Amino acid sequence: MATFNLIQTVTVGAGGAATINFTSIPQIYTDLIVYLSGRYDNAVSFNAGALRFNNDSGNNYSYRVLRGNGSSVDSFSGTTSYIEFGTNQGSGSTANIFGSHSAYIPNYAGSTFKSVSMDQVAENNAIETRMQLTSGLWSSTSAITLITIFPGGGYNWVQYSSASLYGISKT
Amino acid sequence: MPTKLVINCSTGERAEVEMTAEEVAQQEADALAFAEQEAARQAELDAKAEAKASAQAKLKALGLSDAEIEALV
Repeated sequence: MATFNLIQTVTVGAGGAATINFTSIPQIYTDLIVYLSGRYDNAVSFNAGALRFNNDSGNNYSYRVLRGNGSSVDSFSGTTSYIEFGTNQGSGSTANIFGSHSAYIPNYAGSTFKSVSMDQVAENNAIETRMQLTSGLWSSTSAITLITIFPGGGYNWVQYSSASLYGISKT
Repeated sequence: MPTKLVINCSTGERAEVEMTAEEVAQQEADALAFAEQEAARQAELDAKAEAKASAQAKLKALGLSDAEIEALV
């Protein structure tokens, strides 16, 4: 039976933060899960977040997104220097609402390329919602030892944004 | 300087650290990449919407009802 092991959890403080970094990730689990509850300090209604591994800022990431907003759907893909990690609200959305996201990273300590599956939701009360499924790939054989979570627009995570990292073990 | 939260998963140590100039430059480059990507996406969506409206208008001109057009497009 698989077991969820909380590795670390963090909540952003009053000053906000541009990035959240889980470093020195133990290599003792089979898979990782990242949970994020995020909101930006910018006036946007919605904007994308991102994941990066091991500080690799080369164009070594690819992803495909299926996205719906309550009235229309679209799909897009990218080869970039990050994997898009859902949509979060800024101050243009209803106050105190945070986006909710998870990313599953199997075989993170192995020597094959790293796949990621993500699901994400964000809403602006009674006006719009964003729901997104993302498949991602980091084309690197390196084990993941560092995960950086950051707002795509160069904003800050506001206070009470939080992230948790879990390790999945077989027993 | 913006700050970053660093959580050492092996020791549990947490720190709020000022980003280096290099990290700030990377943040700016990321923001630019996101903006360009979003603009490209929006242009694609706009083009699709324009093509759809054009197709609907042509079907209407052929005599199809709104319900028939809705069923097709």
